[in-house]
Amino acid sequence: MKTIVIRNGRVIDPSRKLDQECDVCLADGQIQEVGRVGRPAEVTIDAEGLIVAPGLLDIHVHLREPGQTELESIETGSAAAVAGGFTTVACMPNTEPPLDDEAAIEYVIRQGARAGLCNVLPVGAITKGRSGKELAEMGRMARAGAVGFSDDGEGVASPAVMRRALQYVAMFDRPIMQHCETPEIANEGVMHGGATAVRLGLPGLPAIAEELMLQRDITLTSEAGARYHAQHVSTAGSVELVRRARAKRLSVTAEVTPHHLLLTDACVATYDSNYKVKPPLRTAKDIAACIRGVKDGTITALASDHAPHSVAGKELEFQRAPFGIIGLETALAAYIRALILPGHIDWPHLIRLMTLGPAEVLGLTKGTLQVGRDADVTLIDPQRQWTVEASRFKSKARNCPWNGEDFVGKAVMTIVGGEVKYCEPEDDGRVGA
Amino acid sequence: MSAAKTPDSAAPQAGLGRTTARAPSAPESGRGGKEAPAWRRKHLLGIEELSAEEIIHVLDTASGFAEVSTRSIKKVPALRGKVVANLFIEDSTRTRTSFSLAAQRLSADVLDFYSAGSSLSKGESVRDTARNIEAMGVDIIVLRHSAAGAAHYLSRCVNTSIINAGDGQHEHPTQALLDTYTIRETKGRVEGLRVAIVGDIGHSRVARSNIWCLQKLGAEVTVVGPATLVPKGLERMGARISHNFDDVIPEMDVINMLRVQSERISSRVFPSLHEYTWLFGMTPERLERAKPDVLILHPGPINRGIELAAEVADGPRSSILRQVANGLAVRMAVLFLVNQAASVSA
Repeated sequence: MKTIVIRNGRVIDPSRKLDQECDVCLADGQIQEVGRVGRPAEVTIDAEGLIVAPGLLDIHVHLREPGQTELESIETGSAAAVAGGFTTVACMPNTEPPLDDEAAIEYVIRQGARAGLCNVLPVGAITKGRSGKELAEMGRMARAGAVGFSDDGEGVASPAVMRRALQYVAMFDRPIMQHCETPEIANEGVMHGGATAVRLGLPGLPAIAEELMLQRDITLTSEAGARYHAQHVSTAGSVELVRRARAKRLSVTAEVTPHHLLLTDACVATYDSNYKVKPPLRTAKDIAACIRGVKDGTITALASDHAPHSVAGKELEFQRAPFGIIGLETALAAYIRALILPGHIDWPHLIRLMTLGPAEVLGLTKGTLQVGRDADVTLIDPQRQWTVEASRFKSKARNCPWNGEDFVGKAVMTIVGGEVKYCEPEDDGRVGA
Repeated sequence: MSAAKTPDSAAPQAGLGRTTARAPSAPESGRGGKEAPAWRRKHLLGIEELSAEEIIHVLDTASGFAEVSTRSIKKVPALRGKVVANLFIEDSTRTRTSFSLAAQRLSADVLDFYSAGSSLSKGESVRDTARNIEAMGVDIIVLRHSAAGAAHYLSRCVNTSIINAGDGQHEHPTQALLDTYTIRETKGRVEGLRVAIVGDIGHSRVARSNIWCLQKLGAEVTVVGPATLVPKGLERMGARISHNFDDVIPEMDVINMLRVQSERISSRVFPSLHEYTWLFGMTPERLERAKPDVLILHPGPINRGIELAAEVADGPRSSILRQVANGLAVRMAVLFLVNQAASVSA
């Protein structure tokens, strides 16, 4: 493994409030030095004009393996991750079969290593078969490498099961990550339950379907003393619930996706299934509340909820099409558009939300440039103008609502474990001996 | 208490003062061109996107076609050599029959596709089915589908004209057009009328299309039903909401009673048909309190004794059978107009 020195970039490390122009030295898979690096390098990377950040984490992706590799695989999902600047992803267990035992967890870790692009960390199911009835073997899965537990795609409907899950998981120091959706209220809903759904004649998924389960879970968390993470919060009410829980010092965290920061239910008006997602796209008021939650520290992690589907699968009547939007290759630019360009937060804050924040949700020692930590680094050109071309995605999927749109800001180089795993073609020249 | 006018003597243009080119005299489509066409759409997907002028143009064209059904030879050659396919992914005998007959009266060939027994029940997507139908040289697809937006979706998949014959809970444009036609025929106008739509508004495509159609022509629409079936978002469509039928009845010029679905009881939106009828049924007692010339509409099929008492359904205020007859004329007009627009744009 060669010694790499990344020179003259704007180095941002939220773990020690660092934001200055300097160098970063990587060797033996670890961060060796941050500052003015004098030692000789086998590989020098010219980072002038670039942001040098800890490798980005996305703690909510669907890689569809095992069982649905026609939609995505751990290999193609990893390729999409590094192309989007992510060095670590946590993949959800709603595969076929679901990741609900240690063999499945070990399989994902092995496939991640075989792909050899980014760190692939599996999230195990809370209940056997994700059926919400009996607890899965969370202890054995944790030992095998599961970084958290979720029945994502479904919320755990039974309060009794959720109560036990929270009590039980606390033994293994892993978070419960909940997809908050009360099934009896969500029912057949396919878009946000509001005036647009009424006009379009589509069954609605009201905000309270999300908020009721979140409220219940916060109450249960206060009793169990476990770590609880609300996935993809999408409503003003949810943000407020998380804010109050955190004010009471409960160990509650929350994430928000790019699409819930940029798109509203009005997008559904043409019945384009690329806008069909769970939780559904909400209103401008909810977007404003999510952004406020990001600004005031209520929301500490950004996550894409990368949910690949085939073109044929999505090319259906809106009500029949599956839920999901892909995000790994557009997430960073979407966050820049939602949060940086309008001036809501600065770069160090955005980097924190994509590195240290998500690492803390999972209790990982990643997301920092501290000496001795894994040599995961992402180089970002904050000014790069580019156009989304879904047909050129590394992901197998094309279900992206931003196809054809112009974005500003892009990850141009992704280094995982001290090796360059992705480099934009036009930035090849930055790498020299 | 005599009716203001019999349907036959009604002058459709009264109060709207618009004369447009009459359709039936034109033996072939696309030969007009004297004035800018008032209708340029090759699809009829919904009422929401139509202007008042477009709606009036359909109604005027329909009144021209109404006369065809009274002839001894009930056919005009307007769509001769054209093929109309009824693609009904959801059952509907009445609407399909009405469209078939309308197409036949225009001399079109009619092809019927059903969900059961077709490739659709073998898992073929509606997109593939429609593309197959298109490849057979079909000119117009009449689509009934259980999913909202299905007609919009198909209009992006094929080049054939699409007529929405009901898409899930979204729209049923020809039903609204025939309801409005019936109101205009009987009352001589639409503007300024007060119209109540009563029943399961939330699940009703008939209600949505009627709300748009009537409001665009200047009527004032009140939707009436149990709070569990009347979503608040309807106010954003411009309708007034009421949960008290008795309060609303005396001020209405038209009352459109929707069919109530008994399966809504199992989904817990109201407790029993008995209670529903007590609160929202059109009984002879309630009719007594209505304006003497109130017009009662129902899109059919009726649940006698539930949303509509038999005496009311069969009584002098009911226009239910006129609606059925007018449906034919309206559908002839729609088939004619979309075909003409498609020929012009082709």
